[in-house]
Amino acid sequence: MPTDLFAQALNGLSYGVLLFLLSVGLTLIFGMLDVVNLAHGSFYMLGAYAGLALIAATGNFWLSLALAPVAVGIIGAAVERSCLRPLYRRGPLDQVLLTFGLIYVFEDLVKWIWGGRIRSIPTPDLFSGSVTLLGATIPSYRVFVIGFGLVMALALWLLIERTRLGAIIRAGVFDAEMSAGMGINVSRVFTLVFAFGAALAGLSGVIAGPIQSAYPPMGASILIPALIVVAVGGLGSLKGSLAGSLVIGQAETFGKAWLPGASMLIIYVVMAAILLFRPQGFFGRALK
Amino acid sequence: MIARAAGLAVLVAAIAAFPLFMGSYPVKLLQEILIFGLFAMSLDLLMGYTGMVSFGHSTFFGIGAYVAALALVKSPGLTSALLLPAAVAAVGALVIGYFSIRVSGVYFIMLTLAFSQMFYAVAFQNAFLGAEDGLVGIPRPTVAGWSIGSLGRFHAYLIAIEGLLALFLWRVTRSPFGHVLRGIHENEARMQAVGYPVRRYKLAAFVIAGTVAGIAGALYTQFQGSVSPDAFFWTTSGQALLMVIIGGTGTLGGAMLGAAAFILLQSLVSSYTERWMLILGVTFVLLVLFAPGGIVGTLRGRVGLRA
Amino acid sequence: MSEAPLLALDRLSRHFGALAAVNGVTLSIAPRERRAIIGPNGAGKTTLFNLITGHLAPSAGRVLLGGETVGGLAPHAIARRGLSRSFQRNNLFPRLTVLENLRLAAAADGKGSWSLLGGASRLGPSLARARETADAVGLAGRLEEAAGALSYGEQRQLEVGLALATRPRILLLDEPTAGMSPEETARMTRMLEGLPREVTLLIIEHDMDVVGSLADRVTVLHYGEVLTEGSFDHVKADPRVYEVYLGSA
Repeated sequence: MPTDLFAQALNGLSYGVLLFLLSVGLTLIFGMLDVVNLAHGSFYMLGAYAGLALIAATGNFWLSLALAPVAVGIIGAAVERSCLRPLYRRGPLDQVLLTFGLIYVFEDLVKWIWGGRIRSIPTPDLFSGSVTLLGATIPSYRVFVIGFGLVMALALWLLIERTRLGAIIRAGVFDAEMSAGMGINVSRVFTLVFAFGAALAGLSGVIAGPIQSAYPPMGASILIPALIVVAVGGLGSLKGSLAGSLVIGQAETFGKAWLPGASMLIIYVVMAAILLFRPQGFFGRALK
Repeated sequence: MIARAAGLAVLVAAIAAFPLFMGSYPVKLLQEILIFGLFAMSLDLLMGYTGMVSFGHSTFFGIGAYVAALALVKSPGLTSALLLPAAVAAVGALVIGYFSIRVSGVYFIMLTLAFSQMFYAVAFQNAFLGAEDGLVGIPRPTVAGWSIGSLGRFHAYLIAIEGLLALFLWRVTRSPFGHVLRGIHENEARMQAVGYPVRRYKLAAFVIAGTVAGIAGALYTQFQGSVSPDAFFWTTSGQALLMVIIGGTGTLGGAMLGAAAFILLQSLVSSYTERWMLILGVTFVLLVLFAPGGIVGTLRGRVGLRA
Repeated sequence: MSEAPLLALDRLSRHFGALAAVNGVTLSIAPRERRAIIGPNGAGKTTLFNLITGHLAPSAGRVLLGGETVGGLAPHAIARRGLSRSFQRNNLFPRLTVLENLRLAAAADGKGSWSLLGGASRLGPSLARARETADAVGLAGRLEEAAGALSYGEQRQLEVGLALATRPRILLLDEPTAGMSPEETARMTRMLEGLPREVTLLIIEHDMDVVGSLADRVTVLHYGEVLTEGSFDHVKADPRVYEVYLGSA
């Protein structure tokens, strides 16, 4: 039993890592631009497919891991400048609705280029075996995912809390108007943050590839868990993203195993409860 | 004024007489448009008139659909077909609305979405509700001794109900109550300051919209003869949102037009190209950016996504 | 004063963390009185208004309207009890016509607004009141314009009109002449002077000419506390008031 528990916990952890990478971008974009980017799941999907294409072209997983997020980031920047920027003066709700339309666009584009079937993404040779930890045998790729996630969490924390760029982003998340008043080129930072968030989502997609494969509706289906993470952790908070994704990752994994009839329901009830009674989540900034 | 009323009368007559001169496929397409148009109109009351953008309207569509499915199997009459689904949807809207209205903006979007997903989860994982596959073999009701199973009779039945509800919604938007809703949409804070108990009005709008959505869901079950958890899924809410915006928010008629555009695109365009989703998505994005008044709004020369 | 005060504040306070924006303010306003509240920026005048109208809950003290404690009630409940307020920054219904703006305010007390199926005829009474209010605030010729299309001065007039249309017992005006040119200010002052005396006025103002023309009594606020109170001439002559304005420049 304990080894099963441990194996499940590791599964929950690796899923939590994917959610974390995905939700960081979503929460920063909300904190900065007040936009709930419903197309964020699409960036995840684009990352997986970009990974697929790059692996097919180069045969090298690690190269694809490095380049695919860049590609998605560029797409994100293009989306922000062409579609979102004209809408800033119109308010966040119009932007949310536009990003919803983008879901349709991206999903069908991907279907057009790669077809609607599930495409599997090969696990990199380095991690294609399995390891035995504490009596549980798990694919070594999952261990890689967990390790990679923790490294990324640290790197992101350093970036946001310890660098000048991070300070600018934090200032923008806190109060964009003030930042503009202090001479920071806010619109360029907006594009940067959006592109960065998209790139992280794409990164999550590439990493998820060997586990989940690539299929067009994958973006829409991971969007909801990401929204839950962001709601629970707090819109705009990096810490909240990490805490929320670890919690939701475990909750969903164990929920499916132990309470298959009610697991989905419980997660949504938690989300609703947080939105009602503590809308700033656990770590978000307090609302006015 | 007379010209518009006459034009509308001709349109309604043409729609009602459709089965007389068209085959079953176009008639079914029209019926689907009418049902989703009603669903979208109810959302427009909420979004376009009161300014509450809900991403969980499928909750009430689904409630109506499932209640109708469960009830019609037991007793296929008007009570099961319309009254019970409407009543349950109304109660659901009252409870969910009471909580949802406490938050606004993006949080309202996410909370309404969470509620619809809760219902999806319950329907998906519950054997009594047919779980993943839903319920099939739902009979059409018998109205006043007449079975409305045939295409023509169902069409008449649908037209009658749609007509009544569309008229009802239209009257509501023009009523003193409708004026209050518009005031709330324009400046909620000032409505409060001037003495309106805004929350009560919003809840009332939410319940009315939810009830009509529930009836639309019930009609859909009767149209299909089946129901599935997809009725609750958030993309169903999204589709309704798309329809309202494409047609033009705050116009009621626009919602019906938007439903027509969406469904025709989905079925007709897809017989020529598989790319209907792409066309729809691009059209929608372009609309939001350049013609936010939707079809009707652009025809009227309006600026602004919401009326 | 032989009559009971219409509006009374009893040691009213509001804290934001360690900051006391309003600190133990006590004052009474008699029916039909016209009171001006003056003080340098940051003195807590708008916060005081927000406490009276229910937009903020008091940290301590009471607000009494017609003898009834109303502190902590929701804004719409207080408005229903005959207290109306205009805002420092225009708070209108920009895409609706001037007439509809005023009609909405005029209809705010009626149960008629719950009519789901009633048609245009049900709007009659509120429309009539809206037209009267438009006359009173000098917007009779602009009824079909969208509020957003009005000039700034006209918008300030509408701003007061919205508060007036609810037929309040007491009208709170937050800097009604803010941002106005001298001609617009003069027009607004004449309009306010011409308001029926049954409507008690409480005005926050910076323009001393307006205060001199309108106010029976003046209350001076400084750092959230009442510094002094009295007739306009009395307050004008008080050296402390002069200092307070100079010191904050």
